[in-house]
Amino acid sequence: MSPRYNKILVFLLTLIFLGSWELLSRKGVLPTFFFSSPLRILKSAQWLFEHGLWNDIRVSLIEFVLGMSLAVTVGVLLGWGLGWYITLGAVVEPFITVMNAAPRVALLPLLILWLGIGIESKIAAVFLGAFFPIVFTVMKGVRTMENSLLELARSFGANDLQLFTTIAIPSTVPYIMAGLQIAVGRGLVGVVIGELLAAQAGIGYMMARASASFQTDKMFVGLILLAGFGYFLTEVIKMIEKKFESWRV
Amino acid sequence: MRLSGENLSALEDINYKVDSGKFVCVIGPSGCGKSTLLKVLAGLQNPSAGRVLLDGEPLQKSDRNKAMVFQSASLLPWRTVLRNVTYGLEIQGFSVRDAEKIADGFIDLVGLSGFEKSYPRELSGGMQQRVNLARALVTNPKLLLMDEPFANLDPQLRNFMQAEVERIWEQTRQTTLFITHLIDEAIFLADEIVVLTARPGRIKKIVAVDLPRPRKVEIRKAPEFHALQDMLSELMDDEFQKTIYQQSQRKNQ
Repeated sequence: MSPRYNKILVFLLTLIFLGSWELLSRKGVLPTFFFSSPLRILKSAQWLFEHGLWNDIRVSLIEFVLGMSLAVTVGVLLGWGLGWYITLGAVVEPFITVMNAAPRVALLPLLILWLGIGIESKIAAVFLGAFFPIVFTVMKGVRTMENSLLELARSFGANDLQLFTTIAIPSTVPYIMAGLQIAVGRGLVGVVIGELLAAQAGIGYMMARASASFQTDKMFVGLILLAGFGYFLTEVIKMIEKKFESWRV
Repeated sequence: MRLSGENLSALEDINYKVDSGKFVCVIGPSGCGKSTLLKVLAGLQNPSAGRVLLDGEPLQKSDRNKAMVFQSASLLPWRTVLRNVTYGLEIQGFSVRDAEKIADGFIDLVGLSGFEKSYPRELSGGMQQRVNLARALVTNPKLLLMDEPFANLDPQLRNFMQAEVERIWEQTRQTTLFITHLIDEAIFLADEIVVLTARPGRIKKIVAVDLPRPRKVEIRKAPEFHALQDMLSELMDDEFQKTIYQQSQRKNQ
């Protein structure tokens, strides 16, 4: 089957799904109180955009972008360091493993206690989600560096700094992209849970308020926004990842 | 010079002087330590005893007077052909611009003009080895080391690349140490062939090759070529038997 044909099929299926959802809710089979309906969600989205949803999106985006930037910067640098200095890596790795395995969501109440209900606690939540997969993959990338390339550099008399900049850094790029792929999803979870728990603005905060007043339509708007954003980011990263795949040795 | 580890000497009593401007081939049975020898010369490995002198000076790990052509092309996949060729120069402190100027002529020399902007993945195995060769030549090393660079190519292409190496060498006259396990490759390329024994590798014999240069493919049909081939085959057969014997002994231990 051609990809184009697949796309048409996906489109049709979506239409059928939305159509039957709308129909079933109008017939009263699906109570709108619980399940809303596509048109009600659309109307609610319109109302929300006119009443401050842009601000929620802006706040969530800022939290996400700042948290991710921090996670990528610290994660990549630390990953390089831990991969390069083998002893240091061996000492620190167990701690990272434990932190990675622990349900970091459990830390959120603490983060809110430490950093307040503003964006700082949410940035920290994104960071905690995204940081570990990046450190892990980058560290692995440096460790599994192709020996023949290191020998090549050494045969020309390269010093350690040259080995690091000309071989280690470029050969970890595909690993950074692979780590980023996982990190994006985790970071998004961090934003939403942080905002659901305690916040002053944001998509998660909007959903929490809607939930408290049984406004199902609004909750669906938030859900769709988040899903769409996550999908978009994953696709973008996949595209970049593909570009760097040939850098794998 | 000697090299050993875990009670197993790889090489012993290798005492040999490569004359400047000569093409020397080292042949020996597999596992005799040929590649180890080259790694020591390239400064990638330290000998457990002995030393390597280059122009009378002890060879340093960071010595920039030697360059190596690797068995696997070992190209950097994120660099173009041009930037792969300039890599050694960049390591040795040249600016990218200067390095590219120098590299230009060498890309021409190995027959890769027009492929400067290609990436390694777009090249065939033979072309990748040309990049590998140019990358070493461009640094104008006092000693050029080649580690079975055509071992992974099919026989026709290998013969062709040998002729290319001969053609290029006629122009550069770089002092070269070429490792191989193929007798005909050694005869075709070398001024002098060093035959190593089975492990631990020692120098069994040094054979001069007096075939006239420049050499063309037809030289393989010359009687002198065949005479050398027979002589070397006999030497190698002895060592091959020993290798087989050693391996069976090791298994029985």
